[in-house]
Amino acid sequence: MRHLLGIRGLTPEEALGILDEAPRYQDVADQPVPRVPVLVGRTVTHLFMEPSTRTQASFQLAAKRLSAEPLSFVPKSSSLTKGETFLDTARTLASMAPDIVVVRSAESGAPHVLAREIPTAQVINAGDGISEHPTQALLDAFTIRKHLGRIAGVRVTIIGDLLHSRVFRSNARLLTMLGAEVRCCGPPTLVPPGLDRLGVRSLLHLEEALEGAEAVMVLRIQHERMHASFIPTEREYYREFGLTGERLARTDNAIVLHPGPLNRGVEISSEVADGPRSVILDQVRNGVAVRMAVLAEIARSSPRSQRTDG
Amino acid sequence: MDPTGDLDAVMDLRFAEGRIAAVGEDLAEPGDRVVDVDGLVAAPGFCDMHVHFREPGLEYKETVASGAAAAVAGGFTAVACMANTDPVNDSPSVTAHIRQLAEQAGLAHVHPIAATTQGMAGERISEFGSLKEAGAVAVSDDGLPVGDPAVMRKALEYSRLHDLPVIEHCETLELTGEGAMREGAYAAWIGLPGIPAASEFIAVERNIALAEITGARLHIAHLSTERSAAAVRRAKAAGMRVTAEVTPHHLVLTEEAVGDYDTAAKMKPPLAADADREALLTAIADGTADAIATDHAPHHEDEKKLCFQSAPFGIVGLETAVPLVLDRLVTSGAISLARAVRLLSTGPRRILGLPGGHLRPGSPADITLLDLEATGTIDPESFRSRGRSTPFAGLSLKGQVAATWVGGREVYSRNAGR
Repeated sequence: MRHLLGIRGLTPEEALGILDEAPRYQDVADQPVPRVPVLVGRTVTHLFMEPSTRTQASFQLAAKRLSAEPLSFVPKSSSLTKGETFLDTARTLASMAPDIVVVRSAESGAPHVLAREIPTAQVINAGDGISEHPTQALLDAFTIRKHLGRIAGVRVTIIGDLLHSRVFRSNARLLTMLGAEVRCCGPPTLVPPGLDRLGVRSLLHLEEALEGAEAVMVLRIQHERMHASFIPTEREYYREFGLTGERLARTDNAIVLHPGPLNRGVEISSEVADGPRSVILDQVRNGVAVRMAVLAEIARSSPRSQRTDG
Repeated sequence: MDPTGDLDAVMDLRFAEGRIAAVGEDLAEPGDRVVDVDGLVAAPGFCDMHVHFREPGLEYKETVASGAAAAVAGGFTAVACMANTDPVNDSPSVTAHIRQLAEQAGLAHVHPIAATTQGMAGERISEFGSLKEAGAVAVSDDGLPVGDPAVMRKALEYSRLHDLPVIEHCETLELTGEGAMREGAYAAWIGLPGIPAASEFIAVERNIALAEITGARLHIAHLSTERSAAAVRRAKAAGMRVTAEVTPHHLVLTEEAVGDYDTAAKMKPPLAADADREALLTAIADGTADAIATDHAPHHEDEKKLCFQSAPFGIVGLETAVPLVLDRLVTSGAISLARAVRLLSTGPRRILGLPGGHLRPGSPADITLLDLEATGTIDPESFRSRGRSTPFAGLSLKGQVAATWVGGREVYSRNAGR
């Protein structure tokens, strides 16, 4: 795998390969010295054009546990020149001959631009605009498989802001590719037309969408959506779409996932978030292992390892 | 080939003093310079009624001279350029300045379109009378559509005084929001904010309603949706003075051309669904659309190299339009060659009140010579335009511009490459 630009472009074999490798890396965390010499001497540059605490920490920890040299590159971007900064940043970065670049951007397609502009680097998408967040989808799929024993045939319901969610897009692609049955539901203002192309079934009413679900994925609702009048108020959102214990009872004893950070009392009740079916903290744990598996897989096809391996 | 007189024959054209002196057989007189164009089609000079030449103010994107060079290389003897320069063309001095720059370039005729409102701010209408006197052929706030319906109504009412067409880029900016491509399955698929089709057709329907109550001449720029085309068709059937244009890219491509966030497929209105494209093909064939116009909108390479959402809207079109029309519309059988010439020459000239559009004695000796058999590959590096962004790069097309004549003078020849 040269890059991980999105789930789009990934084959089912490649995706399953990462999920199969991840447990090995999960064991690393439990070792006395949680470190393996997979990426010794390689730089992993974290180019975060958009603030992110969790994903960046998760990637940094993954890189460190693989013995890579993690480098943070967090340019100050003014809203006026953010695009220009990005191109110039890419060129600056290119001059340093980085091995792996983990990129997060508010712009859809930024990892594609980076992969084009830095032909020597390998690019991992850590979230781009409203497009994709492939490592999040991989860790979600890993978590579902870990708890339910399979992905094929699993009934997954995704709730929330489907219009702006890269987590939704990557998950819809990956889960349907691996044979899950994906239903989704959100306020009609946040459900774009044409979702059937992603292979998911979009339902108007939450009760119907939850019926018989084995896994429920709750998406984070952004505060700014209220200003743009996509939803009237947070209170109203919770009334219509918040995942409560009562609503969860309609499912087939579903596990509950959330990419974090949580808005308690908006998209999810504390009762559910902290309840027995919540796997939210396990997702975070799995995230490091899955990202280690992705980094290791990418490194295998690096130009550098081909040189070393002859 | 003169579509207005159903003329399609092997004949001589005799020019004198920059005008067509005669059309017929064996016209050569002693002392004449004879140019043999055997095998080529001579059409009345093409006119692109929708281009952006960026001068004054944004010369790094395009100048009047580079734009005019691109025009003649693309087979256009005349263009009409939009007012969104810096400063905006809302004053007779800017209008006159653009015309002067075009005269210095000495290539295509460049007809300025003045701003509908002062500063294109959408508040107070411009000085239509003085602007027309200075050479403006129409008014338009292209790119910054007139939002306030009361202002639009006044512009349409006032335009009747000088019989100036009001050209409107029909878009409801509130519905466009942060949209970067057409809303629909492809936008949902690759994760880009969408521009709904309603952003266009609601504005089309509003402006047609305002044209109806004012009796003014309304020209709808770059139709892109099925429903917009239907609205124009209804207005024409009702006898209104409404005209419309379609771009080659909306006739050839769909939203899928965005591919992997390709900024060469980012323009307004955005590329639409295949059903829209089919409806536009019908519109150019049945007379709903009067013109094919490119919306030539050059940007600097650095700007179009940004990420999709940050990159500006707009692609170049002058040097790709005619081969696209010949290969994708005429050869494919969507329209006849005569209809193509009407859409590229007669139609736009009629709307703007320009001479030509036919090959009758007395009209300007502005001729586009076509080689229907020649095949060429679109190579942005060879463009005369300063803009290079086109979704058609590398496309091989049959049917090329062989030469362009303006005022009885050859200003471009494919063989000479100048």
